[in-house]
Amino acid sequence: MTGDDAHWAFGTSFVDPLAGVDTTLPDGVDGGELAAYCLMLGDDALVASHRLAEWCSNAPDLEEDVALANIALDLLGQARLLLARAAAADPGAVPPLPAGSPVPGEDALAFFRDADDYRCVRLVEPENGDFGETVARLLCFATWRLALLARLVDSRDPVLAAIAAKGVKEVAYHRDHAARWVVTLARGTAESRRRVRAGLRAVWPHRAELARTHPVEARLARAGVAVDPADVVAEVDGVLAQVLRAADLDDLGPCAAGPVLDGPGGRDGRHTPDLAALLAEMQVVARAHPAGRW
Amino acid sequence: MSAEWPLYEVFVRGKRGLNHVHVGSLHAADDTMAVRNARDVYTRRNEGVSIWVVRADAITASSPDEKDPMFAPAGDKVYRHPTFYDVPADVPHL
Repeated sequence: MTGDDAHWAFGTSFVDPLAGVDTTLPDGVDGGELAAYCLMLGDDALVASHRLAEWCSNAPDLEEDVALANIALDLLGQARLLLARAAAADPGAVPPLPAGSPVPGEDALAFFRDADDYRCVRLVEPENGDFGETVARLLCFATWRLALLARLVDSRDPVLAAIAAKGVKEVAYHRDHAARWVVTLARGTAESRRRVRAGLRAVWPHRAELARTHPVEARLARAGVAVDPADVVAEVDGVLAQVLRAADLDDLGPCAAGPVLDGPGGRDGRHTPDLAALLAEMQVVARAHPAGRW
Repeated sequence: MSAEWPLYEVFVRGKRGLNHVHVGSLHAADDTMAVRNARDVYTRRNEGVSIWVVRADAITASSPDEKDPMFAPAGDKVYRHPTFYDVPADVPHL
């Protein structure tokens, strides 16, 4: 193969995902707040993507292997755009790197922030568990994210609105994929039903955190830039109830003990130990070569 | 698990294509899952706008053993090709 970019549909090198996009802040919007909000949605996608990518070569069959990898890559693409938006909105949010480092802002945010600077919800952090738990988590995550993105297309920040419009089509498929598997497993064998029910019980308590509104989300929602998660609770609950009905799982039975919710959560940088372990693996190569070119 | 699932053949119509072209095969539990698996396995690089799947055991195929009686007789009958006509110069689109 020659190094001719034209040979490949998407070229051979990564370029700024927001190249040519006007990243001017909308009137009256604080760059730091917008960046913080983009990190929340971006970190959700990045960590969920990394967990799903762990299934690569380990899924129940080849077709599912590719399906989960596709979903992971969709989410990674959303994370790139959102972290790039964060870096453009507030360059001060980007961790400092050695002078002359070619690492772009989105990568610096992904690979050079510690766990307590991450803003993802805890739902996406735990180790995958079995396939039943993974599809249960994906159902919960994609249903919630789709509801958020579907409203975010009306954001007053045109960049966020465009990122959301791209994401809606992707996450609609993710939700559908997960819902089909939940129903399939629940109506399959006694063992598959037991496993998917256990998975749903494990992830269900996390829904409480998804419904919480961070002060940044509240302020930006009032400014017409963000979506208040409290506004999507009814829709998310409705969709999940519909899937559970189809799966004949209206009664999930006792769920796992919920994360502590009266204190700070993932949106505040308080995470489960699983996130630090995930980041240690994800970031080790980039951190060993802070001036590396990829 | 997938060893018990039936085999499907996958046909994809590309953006500029007029017909569905066989691209490969996969395993799936049912027709619906086969379409979705095909989407994930065979159209992830933006290849297609339409997918057909059919269970491999629903395809009736010619047998390799019959290759000669089936196809060889056509080999030396060049007159079956419509190339023995003088095309008038003013006939377009031929």
